[in-house]
Amino acid sequence: MYMKTEKEPEQATAEVNGLEHISGAEALLNCLVEEGVDTIFGYPGGAIMPVYDKLVDYEGRLKHILTRHEQGAAHAAQAYAMVTGKPGICFATSGPGATNLVTGIANAFLDSVPVVFITAQVTSVLIGTDAFQETDIIGVSMPVTKWNCQVKKSKDIPEAVAKAFYIAKTGRPGPVLVDITKDAQLEKLDFKYNKCDYIRSYNPHIPLHTKAIESAAIMINHAERPLILAGHGVLISGAEAELKAFAEKTGIPVALTLLGLSAFPSDHRLFTGMLGMHGNYGPNLLTNEADLIIAIGMRFDDRVTGNLKKYAKKATIIHIEIDEAEINKNVAVDVEINNDAKEALKYLTPLVKANSYEKWIREFRICDKTEYEKVVKPETRPESGEIKMGEVIKAVSDITKGNAIIVTDVGQNQMFAARYYKYSNPNSLVTSGGMGTMGFGLPAGIGAKIGRPDKEVITFLGDGGFQMTIQELGTILQYKVPVKVVVLNNNYLGMVRQWQDMFHDKNYASTELVNPDFVMISKAYGIPSKKVWNREDLFSSVQEMISCEGPYVLEVAVEKEGNVFPMVEPGSSVSEVRLSY
Amino acid sequence: MKQEYTISLFTEDHIGILGQITIILTRRQINIDSFTASESAVKGVYLLTIVVKTTPEMIQKVARQMEKLIDVLKVFVHTSEQIIYQEIALFKVTTSGLMSGNIIDHIVRTYNVRILEVSPEYMVLEKTGQRTEINDLLAHLEPLGLLQFAKSGRVAITRQVRELSSYLKEMDEANRFKTEPNMN
Repeated sequence: MYMKTEKEPEQATAEVNGLEHISGAEALLNCLVEEGVDTIFGYPGGAIMPVYDKLVDYEGRLKHILTRHEQGAAHAAQAYAMVTGKPGICFATSGPGATNLVTGIANAFLDSVPVVFITAQVTSVLIGTDAFQETDIIGVSMPVTKWNCQVKKSKDIPEAVAKAFYIAKTGRPGPVLVDITKDAQLEKLDFKYNKCDYIRSYNPHIPLHTKAIESAAIMINHAERPLILAGHGVLISGAEAELKAFAEKTGIPVALTLLGLSAFPSDHRLFTGMLGMHGNYGPNLLTNEADLIIAIGMRFDDRVTGNLKKYAKKATIIHIEIDEAEINKNVAVDVEINNDAKEALKYLTPLVKANSYEKWIREFRICDKTEYEKVVKPETRPESGEIKMGEVIKAVSDITKGNAIIVTDVGQNQMFAARYYKYSNPNSLVTSGGMGTMGFGLPAGIGAKIGRPDKEVITFLGDGGFQMTIQELGTILQYKVPVKVVVLNNNYLGMVRQWQDMFHDKNYASTELVNPDFVMISKAYGIPSKKVWNREDLFSSVQEMISCEGPYVLEVAVEKEGNVFPMVEPGSSVSEVRLSY
Repeated sequence: MKQEYTISLFTEDHIGILGQITIILTRRQINIDSFTASESAVKGVYLLTIVVKTTPEMIQKVARQMEKLIDVLKVFVHTSEQIIYQEIALFKVTTSGLMSGNIIDHIVRTYNVRILEVSPEYMVLEKTGQRTEINDLLAHLEPLGLLQFAKSGRVAITRQVRELSSYLKEMDEANRFKTEPNMN
């Protein structure tokens, strides 16, 4: 109370020429409010203290989630962005605070997620002197941000933040970083905020390449074995309905990339499954039989294409992609459509004729049947032996009816969650695709749940990834985040062990884990927890977890040496996809 | 097949742009053969002229990655036939070496060299031209007592008809007709 009365006279004289005369720190927070921000993930420290000092005055407008490590804040902010469609916001201090973000920034960069990172920097006169907690975060983050800049004068804060938001969320989205010196946070300025909607050298609004789309339509109308490969770009562009309309009119089967999952209903008759190393049998095998590939909002990642020299050689390739630098990067394409997926599909669909490819689709169904018998059934409906990861995912999928938001860590847990959860709603998978960042799952689960408190959010972790960011249980405790955590414990770094099994003569070098009691750890954080050993307890335990109101950690002891199949081995062609070994 | 390309990159005056460009080239293990930076004819817009050797496929990839950088306005890639280009070289040579016989006269006439400074100890010569001409002159001067040699990067003018200003106008117009951003 005393503090407040002391501040009042200052505020009373604060208006000059109708503009608020405030500190850089307040200006930053005002900018965030103007941009519609309500949640910040972060961690304080010396250089960012002026911002945190003012943050308490924004209670009710800006909610700050204190994670237990800056990496956790970065992943949580990314997940928040992925489930809300709004940019995630993340604060960290200078030096180690900023460098601890780097994995999270790079992760958001590779997966095209808009996150605005605000880092503090040492006082401007100290920059370049190797001052305490000084790191050149601009230099460090340059290769992994869409844009970054350093602000040394408080008057430059509004413009820098406005640009950061505009760049992060337009075009191909991505993380941006604004580094603000401590003196700029303290210095006063006359505050005025104008949202950015124009940067001369950056135009994300690409005019439609109508000629290219028209020639694509002709190719589509003459194709005999066409295949749609759709990715994250469909979700980012909000083109799910347009993709569905295009596929249904043309009758062309659809395959999705890992990050594209949930862009097309998994129970749709035209859905053929996931592409890539552990994707489905049909779309991998038949990519090399297609005579036309329509790639939409995807980037032909090596995990999708396998050996490029033997990839889709029978196909003409149409590439609809907003980022021109992705076109012809990995796969040489025949028709470049450098446009937003939604806009391009809206123009394309009326130009194509209604069609159906029953014979071609039957080939996918035959593959599905083979995959079901050889892989899916034994993985999801085993009758004896230890619990399998796949059946845990299936139980969660059945109980939530495919309506939950699924968050994963990286490795086998991720591949099983991608394969066996029946995604019914767009943007319902949050996973680390491009980076493959272990430790992503737990903080991302927190961010996703805070972003969508109305949805059931279930995070699948392995015992390895859990322990990379296990301290975030403290964040769940402090903010009572009702996220459900499923730890698939095989006492191994499962995916690496699988590769050792397959390619290194079972030389299990440094992949076996001696683990603590996860149930006791969870309980120490005040989180209800249980470990399941037996198949007969699995379904009821998942139900118990879902019906629990708050957070829950369910540990499942799974088969120690389970492998994920199908698999396109590194260096192999997609058509050499294996169902077992 | 690797060949020489001249990248003409127009950029806003933003700190760190050079770092971003070299990161793109370094990642692809492409050496910069020559580099020049200066303000362009458009105020506030800078022109970087970068000479690299790489394949036709790779030059397209790196050029697109450069153009993707937020502060880069436009990237043009040219083969040597598509541009008019020059480099400038300065030579500091001992006066005694140059004054022996009729050498200086011969050099000035043959190589079209300018003399910038003369002192009893040394002379400074300037030669503008292409790399091979400069190298020829260098070989000629070396035995005469070459004290210093410095050469600039390449500056280039394109043979294309469209100029940067028309692209800038197009960028402004494209923005005027823009639609709403996808993510709010």
